[in-house]
Amino acid sequence: MSTTDTTASGIGPVEGDSLYSVDNPAPVIEPPRKRTKKTPKSTRGNFELAAWLFMRLSGVVLVVLVIGHLLIQLVLDGGVSKIGFAFVAGRWASPFWQVWDLAMLWLAMLHGGNGLRTVINDYAERPNTRLWLKGLLYTATVFTILLGTLVIFTFDPNIR
Amino acid sequence: MPAGTLYRGREGMWSWVAHRVTGVLIFFFLFVHVLDTALVRVSPEAYDTVVATYKTPIVALLEYGLVAAILFHALNGLRVIAVDFWVKGARYQKQMLWTVVALWLVLMIGAIYPVLGHAARELFGS
Repeated sequence: MSTTDTTASGIGPVEGDSLYSVDNPAPVIEPPRKRTKKTPKSTRGNFELAAWLFMRLSGVVLVVLVIGHLLIQLVLDGGVSKIGFAFVAGRWASPFWQVWDLAMLWLAMLHGGNGLRTVINDYAERPNTRLWLKGLLYTATVFTILLGTLVIFTFDPNIR
Repeated sequence: MPAGTLYRGREGMWSWVAHRVTGVLIFFFLFVHVLDTALVRVSPEAYDTVVATYKTPIVALLEYGLVAAILFHALNGLRVIAVDFWVKGARYQKQMLWTVVALWLVLMIGAIYPVLGHAARELFGS
């Protein structure tokens, strides 16, 4: 489509100038499924809205938690070379880092789990495929969160 | 003048694709990473043996890739939040993407020595 094309659809060429301006505004189109007084109450609740908001809120917190984690584990004090059981024991001796890692585990797993749920919703079309992929995803997510939580709470520096 | 209303192609779509791909990769790593860390409950030796593979040059390269994926996902995620919550976010989405890419490049150059330094010393001697 050339940039000089004008169509009646009201959609301008991709990334081109709009057909409308302040002096020539686009016609208002009524939402086809606008809710009225007669529309029955939605029975689905606001789960998708909550999930959308959670992705943004957890995302901001994760930027701080994960980049801090990367700095400590991969950059500062010799990078990855210093990591070992003794290093983990030293860090988890402090409740601060236990809470840090616990928060990072829960937020990252729920953020990633919801992200993959969206990906499955987008690409898996057959109901059976969706069911199995989501079942696998939820199982792996719950298992990983519980395992990680257990490890942080029951860590024993004197294990032999 | 606002740009066209179609969203296909260009910065908007490709940043969305990259966000998706990096997100899925990070999730799979996270799963493996919780499993390897859980070895601290088995024995110090089991944990140290597995962590030793993280220190090999090939895995160091994978770690650099992981850092690349996480930094892009983090910076572009902040851009997505700005597009959603900042009144002018949608208008400046392209400029914000190129800011993200520039910041990402600077950080990735900065990460070369800390993340890959030990692998270079191992390969080429200190």
